[in-house]
Formats: sequence, structure tokens, C-alpha cells
Amino acid sequence: MLLQSPARVRPSEPTVRTWTAACTAWAARAFAGLIAVFAVVTIAAGPSYAADDDRVVQGTLLNTAKDNEPVPGVTIKVTSSDGGSYTSKSTADGKFRIVVPAKDTGNLTVQLVKSTLPDGVDLRAGSSDTRKPTGSLTNVVVSFPIGADQRQVETKLDQVPQSIYNGLLFGIVLSLGALGLSMVFGTTGLTNFAHGELVTFGAIMTYLANRVWGLPIALSILFAVVLSAAFGWLNDSGLWRPLRRRGTGLIAMMIVSIGLQFLLRNIYQYFTGGRSLTYRQYVTPEPHTIGFIDYTYRDLILVAISLLVLVAVTLALQYTRLGRATRAVADNPALAASTGINVNRVISTVWIVGTALAGLGGAFLGFSQSVTYQLGAQVLLLIFAATCVGGLGSIWGAMLGSVIIGLFVELSTLVIPSQLKYAGAMVLLIVVLLVRPQGLLGRSQRVG
Amino acid sequence: MLDALQGAFHDGLGYLAISYCLAAIGLNVQFGYAGLLNFGQAAFLSIGGYMMGAAIATGGWPTLAAMALAIGCSVVLALILGIPTLRLRADYLAIVTIAVAEVLRLTFGTSFRKYFHGKDGVTGFTDGFRSLNPFDYEGTVLTFSANDMWILIVGWIVVALTLVLVWLLMRSPWGRLLRAIREDEVAVRSLGKNAYSYKMQALILGGVIGCFGGFIGALGQASVQADLFNLDFAFIAFTMLILGGAGRVLSPVVGAVIFWAALSFIGSILTDLSAQSGISSFMDANQASNVRLMLVGLTLMLLMIFRPQGIFGDRKEIALDAR
Amino acid sequence: MPAETPTATTRISADDARKALVGLATEPGVSKPDPIVVVDGVRRTFGGLTAVDVDHVEIQRGVITALIGPNGAGKTTFFNLLTGFDQPDQGDWSFNGTSLKGVGAFKVARMGMVRTFQLTKVLSKLSVLENMRLGSTGQLGERFWAGPLKFLWRGQEETNTERARDLLARFKLDKKEHDYAGSLSGGQRKLLEMARALMVSPELVMLDEPMAGVNPALKQSLLGHVKSLREEGMTVLFVEHDMDMVRDISDWVIVMAQGQVIAEGPPDSIMSDQRVVDAYLGAHHDTDISELEEVVVVGREGSSGDAADESAVPRKDGPA
Repeated sequence: MLLQSPARVRPSEPTVRTWTAACTAWAARAFAGLIAVFAVVTIAAGPSYAADDDRVVQGTLLNTAKDNEPVPGVTIKVTSSDGGSYTSKSTADGKFRIVVPAKDTGNLTVQLVKSTLPDGVDLRAGSSDTRKPTGSLTNVVVSFPIGADQRQVETKLDQVPQSIYNGLLFGIVLSLGALGLSMVFGTTGLTNFAHGELVTFGAIMTYLANRVWGLPIALSILFAVVLSAAFGWLNDSGLWRPLRRRGTGLIAMMIVSIGLQFLLRNIYQYFTGGRSLTYRQYVTPEPHTIGFIDYTYRDLILVAISLLVLVAVTLALQYTRLGRATRAVADNPALAASTGINVNRVISTVWIVGTALAGLGGAFLGFSQSVTYQLGAQVLLLIFAATCVGGLGSIWGAMLGSVIIGLFVELSTLVIPSQLKYAGAMVLLIVVLLVRPQGLLGRSQRVG
Repeated sequence: MLDALQGAFHDGLGYLAISYCLAAIGLNVQFGYAGLLNFGQAAFLSIGGYMMGAAIATGGWPTLAAMALAIGCSVVLALILGIPTLRLRADYLAIVTIAVAEVLRLTFGTSFRKYFHGKDGVTGFTDGFRSLNPFDYEGTVLTFSANDMWILIVGWIVVALTLVLVWLLMRSPWGRLLRAIREDEVAVRSLGKNAYSYKMQALILGGVIGCFGGFIGALGQASVQADLFNLDFAFIAFTMLILGGAGRVLSPVVGAVIFWAALSFIGSILTDLSAQSGISSFMDANQASNVRLMLVGLTLMLLMIFRPQGIFGDRKEIALDAR
Repeated sequence: MPAETPTATTRISADDARKALVGLATEPGVSKPDPIVVVDGVRRTFGGLTAVDVDHVEIQRGVITALIGPNGAGKTTFFNLLTGFDQPDQGDWSFNGTSLKGVGAFKVARMGMVRTFQLTKVLSKLSVLENMRLGSTGQLGERFWAGPLKFLWRGQEETNTERARDLLARFKLDKKEHDYAGSLSGGQRKLLEMARALMVSPELVMLDEPMAGVNPALKQSLLGHVKSLREEGMTVLFVEHDMDMVRDISDWVIVMAQGQVIAEGPPDSIMSDQRVVDAYLGAHHDTDISELEEVVVVGREGSSGDAADESAVPRKDGPA
């Protein structure tokens, strides 16, 4: 309601109409209830049927444990509430047929005499040996399930491997975004609320190149990453560096990033509307199955690329000069500057790499989540949760936290409704902040 | 143009503006005076509207009792927000408040359908309130119908009372202590004051004021939906507060009214423009709405960069550089 | 000569307190006749580094004790531990017989043990007078429910304001009472912080490098104020590098190095103690530093060591 164009004069609901609506609703409910009661009473009163016909109770006994082999020689006993009792045995093909004469109009109870079952053959676990058929038909079909249940019922436990797989997938792609956020935080101290929009940027650029311009998907993703890198550079040189130069405080910058998030999100919505957009290729790839897990080659490739990129960045941070310089700036910018490191250049690089990573993450997420203007906003909270759980500012923490959050989100759908799966991640975030505020891999210094 | 002005007038004084006012006043206590970054203010309004509405509609409670329940829930929410985060850094509080607000929004929208009715939201709780309405006229007076007028009067009285309370508090040693905590919590602790407790009090007070905003919003609209009080709402309330000038008693109200009226005005202009033949080729009505919100984002950025003290604030007092 | 053991509420006169120190053995951890603070086995480590490792030390009531040592010796960390701003890994300490282990900072302050900071913590966005008023405890007006009801706390506020003005006059800050504290010079802020700490009439005043960054003229004035605290019966413990000040006003000196108390005694005996000279006073100042066996430990504790305090650069506060 908030996002609609404001109305001129907005008339409020007349009281009378509300009351009438309420009355009607109540009346409808009452009527439905009445019908239900009537139905129950009718059925409980007992069947009415043509009194002239004999009734036939019949069925087939098949053993599902032995490939639906018929079970012969089993005694079936039918007793009537009028006092009559009729028995018969199942034939060689497992069928049984018992006639209840027309003059016996009582309610029937059909019992399978278990002692007459052959050795090794049992009723299915949990099934009763007695049936009380209802209804007014003269032909009463009764079934007794024999043998183990062969139906493929998927228990909750069976879904766990698939959830783990999905969670890992999601978590690894999420860590692309989390890594970027962590790097920016580590070197500049900025909690960038607009980071989610950088993720969306990657997805939208991929869509643009792939569907609108018709480029193949791999090229489109590359295009999106390059453009994201440029966008990251623009963010830093156009906005954040001037603010740092002015000496703007961190909290003020955080609020600026919130305004930026608003701005970008609405720009995206301006161009894409509320539509859910998809790429041209590989949107619904063919699934293969292994054990309890369905997977696709596309997802495996995406994960492989993500892992490669993550490893590359981590190694670069560890072993290259630029990487060491980045870590120095993250530790103590003043000290780093005094040893001759060009802090501004390092921060610029961090923004370029971080935004490129976010863009790549967005491009990948666009496969499974579809491209909307809200993509970034949805994952932003998860990225925050991931970095907080793993430890704000820690590289390994960002990745570990993302995987944990991804797994948590997917596994939680087994116990809570899927609309609430993000809520579960939020609760995890709150719990971690309560118990271990520096995150799993953050250093145990004061965080407040 | 006249229509747009009329619309701005109507919206600027209407119940939604009032609920924004109250949200901003609450935010002022939490952020302007105590320095707590609460981005989940929308959650307090949600709780206010939903709890009151559900208690009346589903439970049949009398209006005042339902409001008391909602206030109690707000206090509990403030405790839930505060206990893990008040000992941590400012951005942790920001993240957690957003997270909690989202959890609440999702919960209200999808769970406990018996009480909250999922996406449809809660309706049918305004009878008790409206039965007290002394106005009984057809049509509109000054663009407001009888029901509108009633919620308006009640709402602005609540705003006035809240402002008086905040003013009194801020002139007292309690307010002084809060402002000191905003600047330097360690110094305050070294003087023997329990800073944590005071921050919690500020959080609770701001939350309860927000809860009242939820009442007004829900009663005015005669319904509550989960998506009404979402993250965008919280950010807009924040922008209003910054515009007015955080840390001054009147500024949240001024900021809210000006901002909301301006937004309405610009929205009308843009929607009209989008209907013009020349413009409609690249901007339709929905996109006009987006442009409106882009301006919100831009305003917040420009405010923070160039005039963080807003209209009434004192640059020297803005503690935004402190942490 | 053992002094009488007074009850916790009476203060012995400064003279008696000083006399009680005469004749005490000058070894670290020596018992004092009337200790106000007793520290036992307190250890604090950061990562692998031991910042504080004090076996036993006692602070005598009613005298001025100086705590000296090279940078990185753990003095500020020790202060933080005693006043509840930091938690030790192990150990116990007591104030007037009451154990302070696990007691939070604000409670410690309320008990009468007040501290100032190396980097002054005046509230620059409040006026000088407001800063002072903030300093007093037990204000009814600070309660949430009483705040809006001015008649409940007006009387208290007036009393506090009077006392504040007295203290300000004593510290020669009365003309500035309505100025923002942020507009004061560094030295004036030191005075304000000291004045503010006195609003509650504390028993023990702990000053963290009160002379740091103060011009020589103001130093004399500050010295006088610190001495007057003792005359009023308060106990003073201060950290300093300025040896003249230490010699001038302290009755007892405790020397820390590498987290441990390495020496104790009256100022004169400390100045001539070889351990102290080697560790701190730089008797080898014209020797090439690389030839010194005992190199002064430079602050490696980083952001939580001696040279830092709570108001560190925001983004380095926390895990990085």
C-alpha cells in the first residue's frame, strides 16, 4: 500500500459494508457447518439399500513382498449384526467371494483369519485384520494389504541429502557475495547496505547481455563480471573515496549506503518492472540422480567456478603483494600508509574485486532464483548473517558462514514452512550474536 | 496541480503521516538521543497493528485491552532486540533489528493464519474505536471523511502528548544521561551509571511510541497487512528523522509531515506526467512510483553527506562521527 | 609502627597514613598497614602475550601512590582490570574488603572507586556544568518514571549544581560553566574530568596519566589539586611518566614492567633501585640500545595494550 501512487481523496470503508460482510461470512460458515452435521448424521445412521438383493463381499489377496503373488487358502469370515456368519477361503489366484443373503440386512464385519495365512506371509505392519465396510452397494469390495509396503514414500530423512546438496550450492554461491562484503568491511570499516544491489547488478547485466542482446550465456556472465568490476570502481571513486576524504563517520556512511540501496533498487525496478526474468539458456537443465540427490551439470559447473574463484582470491590475498598490502590495510591503515602502501589504490582494488565477486554471485543466483529487482535485497540479509556468523572481516569466516547459512536455510525447510526459511537464518544470526558475537572465526576481541 | 496540492495536504495530515510521525518520534528517542541504530522500527508498528487487530477481531477483546496487549508485546520485542545487541557495536544492532523485523514480517504474513490471516491481513477491528466517533457527517470536510477526521484528531492528540513526554524526559537528568551515553558510553560507565539499562529503556520507549504509530495506521486504514510495515517503511522513517534533524523534540514531526507531503506531491506530479503522451513512452505509472522512491534514496544520501543535522539539528550535536 | 585499623567509613588523616608507610620493607607485594585495595594473583593475557601478571600488591589508604613503568608494562590494563573495564583470566582483588571480581565498571564506580582516562573523556556535546551534574550519583531524576515529573528531582538538581559550581570554582573552570566541553583546551579538559570525578566524593581516585599533554604552567596547578585530594582524606593512585611529579607528590611508588610488579617503595629508594633504573629510567641512555641486555618492552599489546584506551579508532574496535 505504501508503494502505490498516493490517492487524492481516499474514502475509508463505510462501517455498514464491513458489518454486512462480517454477517455474511458468519452466515456462510454456519450454513456450511449445518450441512456437515447433516451429512455425518446421515452416514452414521447407516446405509439404506435395495433390500431385495444379496450382498457379495469379495476381494483379492496379493503378497507385495513376493511381487504381488496371490495368497490362497486364507479364511475370510463375514459376520453380520443380525447374527449371521459366513466364511470362505481364498482361491488359488488369491480371490475370495462371500455371499450374504438378502434377508440378512445387518451391518457387516469382514475378518481375515490370520492363523490361516501361510508361513512367512503377514498382513502389512499396522494394518488391521478386520474391516467394517459401509455404503449401500450390493457388491462390497474389501482389501487386506499383505506384505511390506513397496510404495516409494519419501520420508523426511530421505530429503536430507538433497537439502544438504542444495544448501551447499546456495552457500557457495552466497559466499561470493559475502567475501566481497567482508573485504570492503575489513579495509574500510564500512558496512555496505547497498551490497545486495551489487549482486542484483550482476544478475541484471547477465540478463541484458544474454536475453536482450542475444549473447551466449558464458560471454554474458563474463560481460556482467567486467561491468560489475567497473561499477565497483565507480562506487569507490565516485562516492566512497570523496566521503572518506571529507572525514565522514562510519555510521553516516552506512546510512548513505542505505540511501544508495534504495536508489539502486528502484532504478532496477524502473527498468525491469516487477517481472521475474530468466536467462535464455540453461534455465531448466536436465536433472540426473545419484542416490537421493538430484543434480544438474549446470549447478556443478557453477559451483566449480565459484570454488575456483574463491580459492584464487584467497590465495591472492595470502601470497601476492597486493594481497598482503590489502591485509595490511585491513589491519591498520595508518601503519600501512606509513610503510609506503598506497592505501587508496588498495581500497579501490578491493572495491573492484569485491563488486566483481558480487556480480558473479548475482549472475549465478539468477539461474536458480530468477532475476528480479529484489534479488539483492533478499540475499543481503543472508549475506549479513553469513558474515556475522563467520566473523565480520574474516575471509575464511565469510565462506564458512555462507555455507553454514546455506545449509541452514535449506535444511530448515524440512521442519518449518518454506516461506519461513529465511526467517530461520535470521534466528541463527541472532543466536550467534548472543553466544559468540565475534562469529566463528572472528578474533575474540571486544566487539562493542 | 491543485489536485496534487490537495493530495499533499490530505496525505500530509492523514493517518499514514501520523503513523510515520510516531515512528519517527520513537526513532528519535532511540537514535537521535540514545544513538541506537534501530532499523526495525517497522516491527514495532507491525506488532501494534497486528496484536491489537487480532485481539479484537479474533479474540473479541475490547479495544483498550487489545492495545495494552500490543504494548506489552512491544516491550517484549524491545527486550528481544536489545539483550543480544546493546552490548555490541552499532552496526550489529542495525543488522539484528533488520533481521528481527524481517522475521516478524514473514511470520505475520504466513503463520498463525487463524489470527493473522496470512497475506490478507487482519480486518474488522475498528468498531470499538469508531463507536466513539463524535463526527457524523456524510461526504468530506477539508478532504476528510467522518472516520478520517476522527482518527486524525485522535492521532494528532497522541502525537502532541508523545512530544510533550519526550520533551519533559529530555530536559530531565534521564535525557542528559542518554545524550551522554550516545556520545561516550565508557565515560558514563566510569561515572557509576548503568549504560546498558538506559539504552534498553530508550529502546523500549521508542518501541512503544512506534507501537502507537501502528495503532493509528491500522485504525485509519481499518486493516493490517504484513507488507505495510516493511523495511522500506523503516528506511523512510529514518530519512524523515534525519531530514527534521535527529535529537530535537519537534524535528521528527516536521520531517515526517514535510517529507510525506512532498512525496505525495511529487508522486502526483509524476503520475500525471506519466499520463502525458510525450512522457508515457518511457515512464508509466508504476515507474513513476519508482522515481518517487529513487528520490527518497537520493534525499537520504544527500542529507547524510551535506546536511546530516537536517533542518533543526545542531551540527555540533550530531554524534554521527562518534563511532 | 602499625597504625590503628580504622573502619571502612572513617578516613585516617594524611599524616597518619604517611607515617604508617615509614619503615615498610621495600619489596614488591609488601603488606600495607591499612590497605584500601588488595590484589591477589591477577593475570590477563591477550593471545599469547601476558599483559598483567601481578602476584600481590596492596594500596595504602589515604596516601598518594604512583604507578610507574615503561610503555607496555601493563599499567593501563591493570587500571582497567581493577575498575571493571576489563576481565582478568584469573585472580581476585578487593576494595575495602569487598571482592570486585566480576563486578562491572559502573558498579565499581558507585562503590567509591573512580578513575579518569589517558585520553580525556569529557562529554564534548554537553556543557561544562552538565558534565559536572552528570557526575553525581543517586539522582532521582535519572529514573525514567521520575524524569518527566520535575518537582520530584528539582531539589536534588539544585544541590548538585551548587556542589558542581563549588568544584568548578576550585578548579578555576567556573567562568566556562555554560560552554560546550568540546571547546575546552586539553588541559582544561583534564581539570574538568578530575572535577567531575570528585562529584561523588570518592574514596579512591585513580588517575591515568593526568599530566600527559599538559603544559608546564598547568602542571603545577594540577599537582596542587592532587595533593589537596589527599588532604581531604581520599586515596590517590596515579600512573605517570613524569618523574618530577612522581618525586614531588607521591608517598609510595609501585613499579611495573612486563606485567609484573618489580619494585615498591618510597620515591627516593625507587629512584636508586637498580632494577628500576635498568628497566625504565634509562641509566644507559648514552649506550647503543642494541647493546643493552634488557630492552625496554615496546607496546606490542596493540589495540588493547598500555597505550590504547576504550575510544580507539572505531573500525579497529572488534575483530579484523
